[in-house]
Formats: sequence, C-alpha cells, structure tokens
Amino acid sequence: MPSTLSPSTAKLIACPECDLLQREIPLPPGGAAICPRCEAVLYRNTPGSLDRTLALLLASVILFVLANAFPIVGIESRGNRNATTLFGAVLTLWDEDMPIVAGLVFFTTIFAPAFELFALTAILAAIRWGLRSRPLPRVFRLVLAARPWSMVEVFMLGVLVAVVKLSHLAHITPGIALWSYGALIAIFAAAMSTFNAHELWERLTFDR
Amino acid sequence: MTPGSTQVSAGSLGLLTCHTCGLLSRPAPAGTDETVCPRCGDALHRRKPHSIGRTWALLIAAYILFIPANVLPVMETGSLFGSQRDTIMSGVVYLWETGSWPLAALVFFASIVVPLVKLIALSYLAVSVQRRSPKRQLERAKLYRLLEFIGRWSMLDIYVITLLSALVQLQSLATITAQPGAVAFGAVVVLTMLATMAFDPRLIWDSAPRPEALDSPKPPVSSQAAGGKPVVPSFTMNNDHA
Ligand SMILES: [Zn+2]
Ligand SMILES: [Zn+2]
Repeated sequence: MPSTLSPSTAKLIACPECDLLQREIPLPPGGAAICPRCEAVLYRNTPGSLDRTLALLLASVILFVLANAFPIVGIESRGNRNATTLFGAVLTLWDEDMPIVAGLVFFTTIFAPAFELFALTAILAAIRWGLRSRPLPRVFRLVLAARPWSMVEVFMLGVLVAVVKLSHLAHITPGIALWSYGALIAIFAAAMSTFNAHELWERLTFDR
Repeated sequence: MTPGSTQVSAGSLGLLTCHTCGLLSRPAPAGTDETVCPRCGDALHRRKPHSIGRTWALLIAAYILFIPANVLPVMETGSLFGSQRDTIMSGVVYLWETGSWPLAALVFFASIVVPLVKLIALSYLAVSVQRRSPKRQLERAKLYRLLEFIGRWSMLDIYVITLLSALVQLQSLATITAQPGAVAFGAVVVLTMLATMAFDPRLIWDSAPRPEALDSPKPPVSSQAAGGKPVVPSFTMNNDHA
C-alpha cells in the first residue's frame, strides 16, 4: 500500500496540472492559492461554505426533479399541439433508430447531472451531520469523474437555439421545466462557487 | 547544474500525486504491487499511463469522424412540400438567413470552430510534448486549460436536434427526424473530450525547465498575483545534494 507522507512533510502539495512541489500556506478568507509555475488554482479558503453549499444543493435537487418531471416547451401550429419532457425527447430519438445519440443525450443531461447532484448532496450531508462511511471517498471520486459529462447548461443553450428556430414555424409556450432549468443552473453555479473539493478531501481523510 | 535552487516536480522525487484527490504519497515498496491512493482509492501513476499514445488514438478517430460529421445530414425536415436534409453548416446558414445572427455565430462557433480548434490544438500539444519542447510552457498549460473548458459546448447541436425532433411531430404539417450525421458529430465531441482527458498536462513541464528559471531562481517568498490573491511560495530544493 502506498503510504502518506510523515507529518513534517504532510503540508507539501503538488500542483495537479504541472506537478510542482510546494508548501501549503494558510489563506485569508476568500483567498485562493495559485501555482507560481503554471498559474492553476490549487485550493481556496471558503469559510462556512459547507452549510451554504449544502442548502444550495438541496434546492438544486428539487429544481432538478421539477425540470425532469414537466414539459420543457410546447409548440402549437394550426391546431396541432405538441410538448415534450427531456426524457420524452430521448425516447423519440430512440424510436427514430438513433440509440447512440439517445444514449448520449440521456447520459449527459439526465444520468450524469443526477448522479453529480444527488451524490454530492449525500456526501455533504454525511459530513455535515458527522456520519462516517467508508465508501464516501470512492463516491466522491466518481462524482469528480462524472462532472465533465454533466452538461445541463449546454442543454439549456440548445433549448434556446431550438426555440428560436421553431419560432418562425409555430407558436411556442415555455413549460415549467424551462424555468426550473434556468433556476437550477443559477443555483447550482452558486453552490459550486463555494464548493471546496480540497477541504472536502481533507475532511474525508480525517474522518476515517 | 547551476548552483542554487530550481523548481522541483513531485514526480522527479519519486512522489506520486493522486490524479483525483491530489494526495501526495510515497510509492509502495518494491515487490508489492498495490498502487492505489490511500485516500480515494484511485489508481496511482507518476503520469497518466500511455498518455500520448491514447491521446493520439482518440484524436485520429476524431479526425476521421470529423468528415462525416460535417458532410452527412444531421436532420431531416419532412412536410407537405417535400423533405429537406440539413447538415451542421446548413443549420447555421438557416439561422443566419432568418435573421438570428447572434445565434448563427454561436452555433457556428460551438459546432465547427470549437471541434476544429480542439483537434488542432491538442495535436500541437501532443507533438510539442513528444519533441520535449521547453518553449512556451505556460502558454501551452493555459491552452490545455482552455480546451478542457470549451470542449463540452460542442454538444450544443446534438441538443438542438434532440428537441426539434421531439417537438416537430405534427403529422399534418411537418416532422423532423435525426439523421446519421448526428451520430458522427456526437462521436467527435465525445472523442475529443476523451482525448483531452487522456492528455497529461504535467508532461508539458517534464522537459527542460524554462531558461529563466535557471538564470534567475525565483525567491521562495509569497507575492501577490493578479486580483490580489496570494501566491503559494514555490517549494525549492538545493540541487547540490541531488
Ligand atoms: Zn502548477
Ligand atoms: Zn486520491
């Protein structure tokens, strides 16, 4: 088993992007440590961020459920109406013999965001209420792996482009999910602005 | 080596940094083959394994699929007046002609410029690392960071097609269906994202250190970065002992 460093050198860190070895220094509240060689952000000091992030994540979970339960937009043209939820759109692709594209859309707009959101909320809640659980670091690792594939904000921009394209052909009515997505993106971005992966890893270490 | 201090990578001292959680650890003693991070359980490597080979394999696949992604139709609009097939580019042209210039520019940028920039820039990064170029390391590190950030936005058109084909199912008026070009396009986006993840930015710094670092060693004191944020003093090591 690889071993952690002795306490005297435990405050050494390596830059994740250029591997420069350096000493960790204390930061003022709101400060960020930046690698002197490649200028990557190494870690931040976000005092009291846990409660704030957790509250915003809980709100995001509710908005995510709403965004998936209701139609995104409806169209109407000469008496013909249609509306779709995100999952309904995935099913349409599947029925059009586009299983790869359907799978890609499902994974990036439903599965990855749902996993990221629910798992992160569960991890922060467990830390907040002092529950010690062995699989937590492993779950957090999967969350970090899922993050680049979670593309709710790109999807939202796609909705806007689709609406503009259709506005020449039909009457468009925004659905509940559209507002939910808008709020979800804003609130989740706020949650991530105070989210502190560095601090979370440290708490997960000392909890064991 | 020049006397004095120079910047040291963790890897050059035999220390392993976890790619996931950043924990620094000593490798397991020889003879044992356990190489997982004690904190998060991820596999430990000095650098991502076969980084350049995997990056090239994914890049070449993406280059090949880039052609059908742009030539094949991505969607078909069927109406009483016949049917029309659209490629990525003709979708941009449609937005432009109907007066939505900002959106036309946005879709053009996300669907055509971003994938092309990713392919070319990542090829450049891979070649420069293979040639162990010591030039413009900071610029290349920033370029890599940019690629990581913009890659996902290329998925835009996939979502537009998804929504259009789900909504426009008005039997008497028009139907929109996704076409095979969308598969190739989605594959290009995924492959370029995977290629970016396979590339290890630390390889950029593994070649010779920047000349200025040797000429005038940076003092290990904290200074103020742009925005008034403190910079971590770099860890320095005396080469005379090495
Ligand atoms: Zn760095
Ligand atoms: Zn780790």
